[in-house]
Amino acid sequence: MTTVAGQHETDTVRSARADARAQGGKVAEAMPYLPASSTPFPPPGVSLDTLTWAETVAAGNYAHKVVARGTRVRLEDVTGDACAHVLVYNALEPWERLNVADTVKIPWQAYLGAGHPLLSGDGRVLATIVADDSGCHDALCGTSTAQANQARYGGSAPQGPSPSGRELFTLAAAKHGLAPRDLPPSVSFFKGVRVGQDGGLTFAGGAGPGTSVELLAELPLIILIANVPHPVDPRPRYTCGPLRVHAWNSRPTGPADARWDASPEALRYYLNTADYAAARRI
Amino acid sequence: MNTVTDAAGRTPDCPEDLKDVLDPDRYAEGTVFDLAGPLAGGEVISDEVIPACAPWSAVVRKGDVLTIVDVGANQSADCLLYNARDTSERYSVPDTIAWGGNIYVRTGTVLRSNEGNPLATVIANEIDRQDTIGGACGKESNTLRYGHHTASEHGCRENFLAEASKYGMGARDLVSNLNWFMNVPIEADGTLGIVDGISAPGKRVAFRAETDILVLVSNCPQMNNPCNDFNPTPLRVIVTAGKAE
Repeated sequence: MTTVAGQHETDTVRSARADARAQGGKVAEAMPYLPASSTPFPPPGVSLDTLTWAETVAAGNYAHKVVARGTRVRLEDVTGDACAHVLVYNALEPWERLNVADTVKIPWQAYLGAGHPLLSGDGRVLATIVADDSGCHDALCGTSTAQANQARYGGSAPQGPSPSGRELFTLAAAKHGLAPRDLPPSVSFFKGVRVGQDGGLTFAGGAGPGTSVELLAELPLIILIANVPHPVDPRPRYTCGPLRVHAWNSRPTGPADARWDASPEALRYYLNTADYAAARRI
Repeated sequence: MNTVTDAAGRTPDCPEDLKDVLDPDRYAEGTVFDLAGPLAGGEVISDEVIPACAPWSAVVRKGDVLTIVDVGANQSADCLLYNARDTSERYSVPDTIAWGGNIYVRTGTVLRSNEGNPLATVIANEIDRQDTIGGACGKESNTLRYGHHTASEHGCRENFLAEASKYGMGARDLVSNLNWFMNVPIEADGTLGIVDGISAPGKRVAFRAETDILVLVSNCPQMNNPCNDFNPTPLRVIVTAGKAE
């Protein structure tokens, strides 16, 4: 019988070092690509030398990054089964964070799509959804919890086969000094819900493989991503697929962009955000 | 001295002179008050009137019931709940919605925490549906919704911050909330917004604590949309003891 240990020669420090070093350079289905310009999956139309983040996030796993104001982040649902639960924070003052109520109330629109802002509770836009060919997203149902996943799938632990979004967010947040009290309700991309007249929720599923959504960082952001099934996904098995993430240098929304003053509310959230950035010289 | 009593002869506590707080001349013409009373039986543990625009908080013990009375009609009571023993566990809009399968809060709705645990259960409700999508107003969000000229107006976010600070909590601890007596329909294409209320003087909602909970209420000061009928009025909050099990 071949054991994993039997494939390694690690009885001395020198052999263990050689064994460890021999593992470098392997390729996994889900992994970060460094430098980002070496990504095997370059996003079309993007100059490779502007890339700052390239990663494939496994189903049931998480990713996180601090990105500069003006960074464009592209999320791609590779197989059609990804569900990217996202939290964003002002990296300079992380108590300013995504507020899902303001995100739907200020634009007078419950469903996320191109042009929709991800607003904080402080009257500013943390990120704008600048491209979207999925149309299946959600700002109402948040992510999964240990309670829910234990009831639905028999387990929720990050090291197990059916991690919950909240437990993955807890880990991602901790790596930026953030605690469970810093995890507000999140949004999710690539799986949607619709609300009936009586308020009832219907799972609307996804848009299939290869769809993508792009977020533009309007402030320096801490971005946390948990790639787990949507909390009202009715499929009995824990069903999730890989999520591809690319980010590159671009510029924040400005007066030359049509979305700057696409509505009275938009004008004021971009003005408030530009005002903050100007005062901090960022 | 004139005392103010409800139909049962009870006088709620109030941080201001209750007679002044319930003086119709201080409010929009035609304002009618109905103090009503608790929606649940059981011994009255506390009974207070929250003046218009003010914050309030209390710990409600497991099994006890909080009745909120819309004394002057269509007054939004913005509300947050916390596990009183560990406030990092707090009310969660998405968990309440996802577990319940409905965005509206009605009798029977379990108000869940960010861990998915029941914090409270709505046991009685005298309006068709209660809101938990519309969030809280605040100085900063008012600048987006109505313009920068509103920046000096007080909001629920400010009420929540002031009240939360009494418990060592701050901006990190504010999350999306409940809005008792507020009306937020969502249309088929996703268009949503705060519209005219469906409540009336003396309408009530009551929820039973499923664990010891800290309840924060902001008696909403908003004057730029119909969530308070452009006429902020008092709320009554009554805690009654649960039946011994």
